Amino acid sequence: MANSWSVKNKLFIFLLVPGLAWLLFFFILPLIIIFSMSFGQKIDIIGVEYSWSLHNYIRAFDGIYFITLFKSVIISSITTLLCLLVAVPVVLYISFSSTRMKSILLISIMLPLWTNLLIRTYSLIAILRTKGHINSSLEFLWDSSNHLFNFLNLANYNIFSNSFTPLNLIYNNFAIILGLFYIYIPFMIIPIYLVLERFDRNLLEASYDLGANHIHTFFKIILPIISPAIISGIILVFIPCLGTFIIPDLLGGADSQMIGNIIERQFKSANDWPFGSSLSFLLIYMTIIIFAVRYIYTKLYSKLHIRMDI
Amino acid sequence: MRKIKLIRSPIEYARNKYLKTITYSFLVILYLPIINLIFFSFNDSKRNIVWRGFTTKYYEKMFDNQILFDAFSNSLTIAFISTVISTILGLSTAICLWKFNFYLKKYYDLALIFPIVIPEICLGVSMLVFFNFISWPNFQIWPLSLSSIIIAHVSFIFPFVAIIIRSRLSILNNEILESGTDLGATNFQIIKFIIIPFLKPAIIASFLFAFTLSLDDFVVTFFTSGPNSVTLPVKIYSMVRFGITPEINAVSTLLLLIIIISTYFVIKFLTKKNRAFIK
Repeated sequence: MANSWSVKNKLFIFLLVPGLAWLLFFFILPLIIIFSMSFGQKIDIIGVEYSWSLHNYIRAFDGIYFITLFKSVIISSITTLLCLLVAVPVVLYISFSSTRMKSILLISIMLPLWTNLLIRTYSLIAILRTKGHINSSLEFLWDSSNHLFNFLNLANYNIFSNSFTPLNLIYNNFAIILGLFYIYIPFMIIPIYLVLERFDRNLLEASYDLGANHIHTFFKIILPIISPAIISGIILVFIPCLGTFIIPDLLGGADSQMIGNIIERQFKSANDWPFGSSLSFLLIYMTIIIFAVRYIYTKLYSKLHIRMDI
Repeated sequence: MRKIKLIRSPIEYARNKYLKTITYSFLVILYLPIINLIFFSFNDSKRNIVWRGFTTKYYEKMFDNQILFDAFSNSLTIAFISTVISTILGLSTAICLWKFNFYLKKYYDLALIFPIVIPEICLGVSMLVFFNFISWPNFQIWPLSLSSIIIAHVSFIFPFVAIIIRSRLSILNNEILESGTDLGATNFQIIKFIIIPFLKPAIIASFLFAFTLSLDDFVVTFFTSGPNSVTLPVKIYSMVRFGITPEINAVSTLLLLIIIISTYFVIKFLTKKNRAFIK
């Protein structure tokens, strides 16, 4: 149904121009502005000099900022790995359920995705904080076992010290990873599900018939089939994790900042826009590199498969 | 008599007890905080840990709070206007990409995905710098004071609309279009009498989807909002930073309710089929 653009010129212009103009003016242009600003220099409170030097980028790879950048990558990687480890068994279970169960389970996984990021982070605080639900439940268990031991005349052994010290569940890196996992895991589940739901189940039958066990079948059949979906899932989880700033802001402690917090600070309080722009563009460069790697991977993957068919 | 033991096929993963345990405990972890949040919005205690009886006083307090009310009406206004603009832009872009082949089309496709894939914070700060750079006036009059947020929202919402509508267009039966052309319809008539009615469920769904995206957005809004244009998520953020109160639970529950209802309709309209048009 696709026509060449010269055939129905008027309609084409009418349909193309609004979207293209908006995209160019309100998306590409702002990006170009911060791209040029990332090579600039702050001269006074509001003034920026476009000096086309790399010193903002050099500063980003120096000392404290580099540590934060590195830490953001590590935290995002751990989160992504955790999401992957949970998502695969969950998807395996869902995609082999009955049709009715399948839609119920899928909607229950999708539903939190539509609820506000901030609200979900907030709901985690209530559970994790020092006087939150986990700690108060643990305290209750602790006290009851203390009573029990006293009752049994075992108090001398001092198995539990008298007062309960609350666990530090919040305001540390653990809380950030948990928060990111909690928010972004649906993005890992959905792409894997879309592949696993449609693939040829006879392959599994054949594998078991030929004497492979569960582990063998998983690594030789299922994993190669879902690997492109896993790559998509990794991208969908890793990139937003890298750029997050609310979760470390609300769940992290004083020393658990991520790159998003530093960017936010450059624009909201420190007022060093050129440096903030260069950090934002570092995130964009990483995004582009990740997509490029995936593009190359899919090219290689499809070639491999053609070879396997022959 | 020997007991008959049912031999199950090993590929019935749905009956594997390990997978089942993992899945259900995952769902419990996923829902526990949210259920806790809703539950404690009715709790008659400031400390928010121990249940001290049912109350709706935090809801009443919320409705009396003028600042919260203003923030909420700002959010709704922004969501409505940016949704209307996004739907129009997304619809025309989707039809254009579906119907025409043109020079650099591949790159236009890619550029449309870009606002969706880059980290939100980058979009937020680029918008902040952009409005400063072109010295966008700081309007004092009410709907205009929201203009910068609306523009920023449309930039990342309309590509979503274009993608939803385009995927719907890919199942349109071409014979109907050809018979339309045979019977002498002009292009505008084809769009008006065939494509738009066919797309109606997808348009409604993407309208609602865009509405929830805008209502829900925090990061982009945070960077583009000024003192005169506080939205509900931005207000919730400052409340959370200040401390934890049951009032936040009440506001969150209300927002959750709105989003869940509109999501229900999104799913309903997206799965609706008008058979006459489909291949």
